[in-house]
Amino acid sequence: MAKTTFSIFRGDSEGGQFAQYQTEVGEGMVVLDCVHQIQADSAPDLAVRWNCKAGKCGSCSAEINGKPKLMCMTRMSDLPQGEPVTLEPLKAFPRLRDLVTDVSWNFGVKQGIAKFAPRPADVQDGTWRMQQEDIDRVQEFRKCIECFLCQDVCHVLRDHRKHGEFAGPRHFVYAAALEMHPLDTADRVEALKDQEGLGYCNITKCCTTVCPEGITITDNAIIPLKERVVDRHYDPLRSLVRGVIGR
Amino acid sequence: MAESFTHEHDVLVIGAGGAGLRAAIEAAAAGVKVGLVCKSLLGKAHTVMAEGGVAAALAHVDDRDSWRVHFADTMRGGQYLNNARMAELHAKEAPERVRELEAWGALFDRTRDGRILQRNFGGHRYPRLAHVGDRTGLEMIRTLQDHGIHQGIEVFMETTVVELLKDGDRVAGCVAYDRERGKMHLFCAKAIVMATGGIGRAYKITSNSWEYTGDGHSLCYHAGAQLLDMEFVQFHPTGMVWPPSVRGILVTEGVRGEGGVLRNSAGKRFMFDDIPDNYKAQTADDEAEGWRYCQGDKNARRPPELLTRDHVARCIMREVKAGRGSPHGGVFLDIAWIKPHVPGGGEHIKKKLPSMYHQFKELAGIDITAEPMEVGPTTHYIMGGVRVDADSQMSTVPGLFAAGECAAGLHGANRLGGNSLSDLIVFGKRAGEYAARFAKENGPVHIDRGQVDAAERRVLEPFGRSAAENAYAVQHDLQDTMQDLVGIVRNEADMAQALQRLGVLVERAAKVGVTGNREFNPGWHTAIDLRNLLTVSEAIARSALLRKESRGGHFREDFPDKDKRFGTLNHAVHKGADGQMEVFEVPVPAPNDELKAVIAEMG
Repeated sequence: MAKTTFSIFRGDSEGGQFAQYQTEVGEGMVVLDCVHQIQADSAPDLAVRWNCKAGKCGSCSAEINGKPKLMCMTRMSDLPQGEPVTLEPLKAFPRLRDLVTDVSWNFGVKQGIAKFAPRPADVQDGTWRMQQEDIDRVQEFRKCIECFLCQDVCHVLRDHRKHGEFAGPRHFVYAAALEMHPLDTADRVEALKDQEGLGYCNITKCCTTVCPEGITITDNAIIPLKERVVDRHYDPLRSLVRGVIGR
Repeated sequence: MAESFTHEHDVLVIGAGGAGLRAAIEAAAAGVKVGLVCKSLLGKAHTVMAEGGVAAALAHVDDRDSWRVHFADTMRGGQYLNNARMAELHAKEAPERVRELEAWGALFDRTRDGRILQRNFGGHRYPRLAHVGDRTGLEMIRTLQDHGIHQGIEVFMETTVVELLKDGDRVAGCVAYDRERGKMHLFCAKAIVMATGGIGRAYKITSNSWEYTGDGHSLCYHAGAQLLDMEFVQFHPTGMVWPPSVRGILVTEGVRGEGGVLRNSAGKRFMFDDIPDNYKAQTADDEAEGWRYCQGDKNARRPPELLTRDHVARCIMREVKAGRGSPHGGVFLDIAWIKPHVPGGGEHIKKKLPSMYHQFKELAGIDITAEPMEVGPTTHYIMGGVRVDADSQMSTVPGLFAAGECAAGLHGANRLGGNSLSDLIVFGKRAGEYAARFAKENGPVHIDRGQVDAAERRVLEPFGRSAAENAYAVQHDLQDTMQDLVGIVRNEADMAQALQRLGVLVERAAKVGVTGNREFNPGWHTAIDLRNLLTVSEAIARSALLRKESRGGHFREDFPDKDKRFGTLNHAVHKGADGQMEVFEVPVPAPNDELKAVIAEMG
């Protein structure tokens, strides 16, 4: 069996360096399998997050040869053969150790978004009626596995470090799922404009490109949210009316 | 030795899958201070992997369904070793718990009249599983997570509990470490809800992730609680078998619910060859009737692919052993054949089973709309767990509750697909409610420093050992032992050998050494988990050795038939006075007269 060289970042918040490992690659193996083999054979303390190993939990996000991907869904046979594989932690979040980053900021951002608030029940028994066509688009957003690859690739977070002012693509998808939920009555438009920094997004669609669930983040979530903000705040007719009535 | 952090709660929930989240939400609603500890990040627990759906007799698709039918199906599937009161509560309360998820934002697939859609599943007489394509677990955990973060619950992510603490007979808290820094934490709590899920990592081929090392089972056992039904492990009939690195990853039963069929290498639908007597009246006579059932014909009966999981798994093993398997030691699961028979063809399959399409395309290079999948049994679930009171979910230790997979009783000898997600929300809620009540009715706990120090010492010991055993190697050998000797087909000699090997592994585990430091060190975490894996493995092997019959998930080639006497008893294990594991028989709780009548009518 052929041995492949892995160049893996080893270090913590203070710094670190790339260490070289060699491991045998068998048929069908994914990058995460190789990392586990390296752990078992030569680096038992190599830190990595993972759970389901089937692309459903979004734990094993890392940068493989510089690209944000899930390690469990990246097959070795899809990488350039005979070349070393580079593994690094996500760049948009503080490093903890080796391939593990501190993603806790995301959980805080989500908590700041107004929660689901359903309209009163449609039927006396306390239930609602919804048509499949009306929930299709929200179901797309709810496929999100919170791997945060979209956050990692977004230049507003990755390069400009606007973590205090910008919620990032994951949370725009979350907000869109709530805003477009047929039962929801809450209003998140002001917060999206003022607190979550929706305007920073200049629709380069990098997030859509890396989404392992294939969610059309920019076109289906972010742009419709931007339109809601524009409709309310930048529609000339509305501005005029607002000017006249003084609010 | 002093831990770095101390936390106090009225109710502490350990585990943040469906059961843990639901328990925490309920306890918080009762107005007590709630903590939630989980081994991974929030939202990554194994509930996220559940695919097919959540069973609840909503009767949206077939109005003949009711709690009575669901109850009877659950008992029949469990071969009547279930706790009938739990099966009753489950069947009665599941619909309300599912509707509650919708009120918290879940979006299930819809019927034409705008209600929650339900699909067919193994062992369920009528279409009963509320679902979202084949990602129902993700919808459920995300709904509970997004609701739960607004309920004032204090969450401790990536924190692993290593020991429960006692105050006399009563549970008093626990000792844990955080993965990020490796610091020790002391949690004081008036009540604890254990919701840690399963034990799949005790086996080599499993659908479970690294977390499922039987922590809750083992922690409760070492704290004096009893474990029940530990011989009943569910081997899901359809896991991936190729390529080797994905072996064991789950292929949802929903594939068969949507019309997928099992074939051997000769192309034969072998499931028609062996239909158990107690399911004959409910099973289709031929392929045409089976397909009519999958398309919603109320007069048709289920295809044999939708028999219970224990039976389907054994039929697959039989085909493979007889040399009629697929090239990589499984059988063929074919959904592509329905293409000409449904509007939309391949697109219909992708819409109904999107994550299966994705999983096979990405990991095996197979297009399930065009070619069959190769599948074989994988360790999926344990029916056994902490012995609890049916109504309150309290264990035999006061203040210690358990819910979800780590509790026993609902499923008996075999769990029906879809009955796990409903179990989580029905009994998660009950555990949270009764734990909060217990915390209100009982005073503060006293922490015994001696217990805390002993736990911390044990956990840190591996750092002191150089040139010692490798934790991964011990875990690997344990998985081989359980897979080979206490797997789907069992016998006396194999299990006696397994117990002997487990004894050796206990000694090796005591010599495991760890390199590196305490910050996010997987080698250390693996070493700590070994005690739990060894405890549950021993409990499985000892219980299985004593059950000299075949029933549900437990199959003995030396006792291939059911035995009437064993049909009246469960096996319980506890830690004896000398520290050794003891197994004893307890009678199956008798159903009340109403439930007896339901079983007589529908069983």
